[in-house]
Amino acid sequence: MALLEVRNLKIYYFTREGVVKAVDGISFSVSEDETLGLIGESGCGKTTAVFSILRFVVPPGRIVGGEIIFEGRDIIPLSDEEMRLLRGEGIAMVFQGAQNALNPVMTVGKQISEVILEHESITKEEAWERAKSQLELVGIGSERVNSYPHEFSGGMKQRVMVAIATACNPRLLIMDEPVTGLDVIVQRQLLALTNSLREKMRLPIIFITHDLSVIAETCDNVAVMYAGKIVEKGDTVSLYKDPLHPYSKGLIGSYPSVRGEKKELKSIPGAPPRLINPPVGCRFYPRCPYAMDICEIEEPELKNVGDNRLVACHLIK
Amino acid sequence: MALKGFAGFAIRKVGAACITVFAIVCANFVIFRLVPGDPLRMMFKDPRVSAEQMQLVRERFGLDKPLGEQFLHYLRELAHGNLGISFWQKRPALDVIADRVPQTLLLIVTALIIAVILGTILGAIAGWKMGTRTDSVILTIALSLYSIPAFCMGIILMLIFAFQLSIFPLGGISTAASGFTGFEYWKDVAWHMFLPALCVVFWYGGEYVLLTRSAMVDALGQDYIITARAKGLKESAILKNHALRNALLPVVTITGVNLAFAVAGIIEVETVFSWPGIGRLVYDAVMKRDYPVLQATFLVFAVAIVLANLVVDLIYGYIDPRIKVGGEE
Ligand SMILES: Nc1ncnc2c1ncn2[C@@H]1O[C@H](COP(=O)(O)OP(=O)(O)O)[C@@H](O)[C@H]1O
Ligand SMILES: [Mg+2]
Repeated sequence: MALLEVRNLKIYYFTREGVVKAVDGISFSVSEDETLGLIGESGCGKTTAVFSILRFVVPPGRIVGGEIIFEGRDIIPLSDEEMRLLRGEGIAMVFQGAQNALNPVMTVGKQISEVILEHESITKEEAWERAKSQLELVGIGSERVNSYPHEFSGGMKQRVMVAIATACNPRLLIMDEPVTGLDVIVQRQLLALTNSLREKMRLPIIFITHDLSVIAETCDNVAVMYAGKIVEKGDTVSLYKDPLHPYSKGLIGSYPSVRGEKKELKSIPGAPPRLINPPVGCRFYPRCPYAMDICEIEEPELKNVGDNRLVACHLIK
Repeated sequence: MALKGFAGFAIRKVGAACITVFAIVCANFVIFRLVPGDPLRMMFKDPRVSAEQMQLVRERFGLDKPLGEQFLHYLRELAHGNLGISFWQKRPALDVIADRVPQTLLLIVTALIIAVILGTILGAIAGWKMGTRTDSVILTIALSLYSIPAFCMGIILMLIFAFQLSIFPLGGISTAASGFTGFEYWKDVAWHMFLPALCVVFWYGGEYVLLTRSAMVDALGQDYIITARAKGLKESAILKNHALRNALLPVVTITGVNLAFAVAGIIEVETVFSWPGIGRLVYDAVMKRDYPVLQATFLVFAVAIVLANLVVDLIYGYIDPRIKVGGEE
């Protein structure tokens, strides 16, 4: 049994303008030693999907269907207290936009030791020592334990976030666009840190990004999300080499016209649809260069095409 | 390094406070020369006082000298703690004020402490429970209390509790000629202080509820609250260590500014309840055209506000780590 198994998850936002089907029936799983990449343009429902794993979906959002099975039990019906005990200890998260994710009036040492004290019965002194070693672990150095967040650069703040998230040795780490908005060198360093954590702690990770080159560097498997649905899934190498879904192709920048420069990310013309009234057929249909008549009418199913590859496209038989 | 930063910050703030006090001293001199009317005319309303006698008094007070010289004289006397002689009580203005300070401090400090504690707690609860019934009840009460002027509130409280129900006295600080001593005396003072203090608590507390509530709502929308939740902290810890600690920063800042407005409240409340403090003194001094006492009370109020603001600034610099590094982040 996988560590995490998400089945047919549906999360809708009930707004005044209408029902936003931000996550509309997605399924995926993460095993004990897997790093799963979740990729898709902004607004595809990636954050909404992973927030639900911590049961962080708040009104107007609601989980309207599906199961989130972590270590064999569905977390959706758990009580608030059971869920609280799981957060930080079983499942930890590094958020998008770390710039304001740290409390400005608390030392980083306190912010790290706080989570350890909450979940383990140890003394303050021991927790403080652990906070220091966490800072060492993420490459900041224990002497900064008394510093405040404003004394750190963006990249260092994100490292502190990683230190907090990994402080209690969680069984699953979720990283939501951890490197977005940081400069390239800092991105590289953080990815190296993520990889070393993955190896040192054997930590299963769900890694969200909208940059496929980042996935290639960190993830074993990838799920491509578009407009609240997973449109393609597979192991990173084969998906990167041979994307099947036109949207994946677009993300990797391998439409026939630009085949020569495969590594370069090309933006796909148009924008993701509004999720209030998504297209009836394939949601990518309006932007798809290969669209056929059937795409407009019938929604393609996510089919297994062998080799653990799943794709939802009428082009693929 | 942090201490050095904080020391630098403290020195800057103290320097700024000194400059402000000097500016107030100057303004205080100028304002009282600008007001229309001759103070001597007020002093001697008797038409039989001759022009020579008036001139004599003018010379005696140095009012015949050029303004520049008068100003230097004023500064010199001020440096010696001499703020003039009360026209009305015929004794040093500073003594007149000193007699009133303890009563005002007793009333205002007691009431402010209660108001700040209650207001902050209720405001924090309202912000935490935003949109619920608890929130709307607290918000409605606070808004009503805050929008009623202090003198109006005073009169209402007095009408109900002192006049109609007779549970509290109409005014004053103690029962005249009661001969109470020790504990009995202080019980009597507390009984007299109840309504005026309640008036200040209502007015100030209402404001603190509103301030803390909005600061709390703001803090709760910040990313670090989600981080705290993701740590699996208890709601009480999130409220106390994360939301409230950040929400208190703007509340502390506003406190300094509000103290200036509190002066108006003190004058109103003390006047309504005949509380023998500085506020009541200002009212009496205006009625009696007692320029030296007015001038001295203005100075005392202004210096007190500057000092209070200095304390608030220093507290702020202490509780907000971002300040120590120098100015805004
Ligand atoms: N609080 C909310 N209320 C209404 N709609 C929301 C809310 N949060 C997100 N959405 C909508 O849900 C969709 C998915 O958003 P999100 O999960 O943030 O996507 P991503 O992380 O992929 O950028 C978007 O269309 C967004 O507008
Ligand atoms: Mg997102």
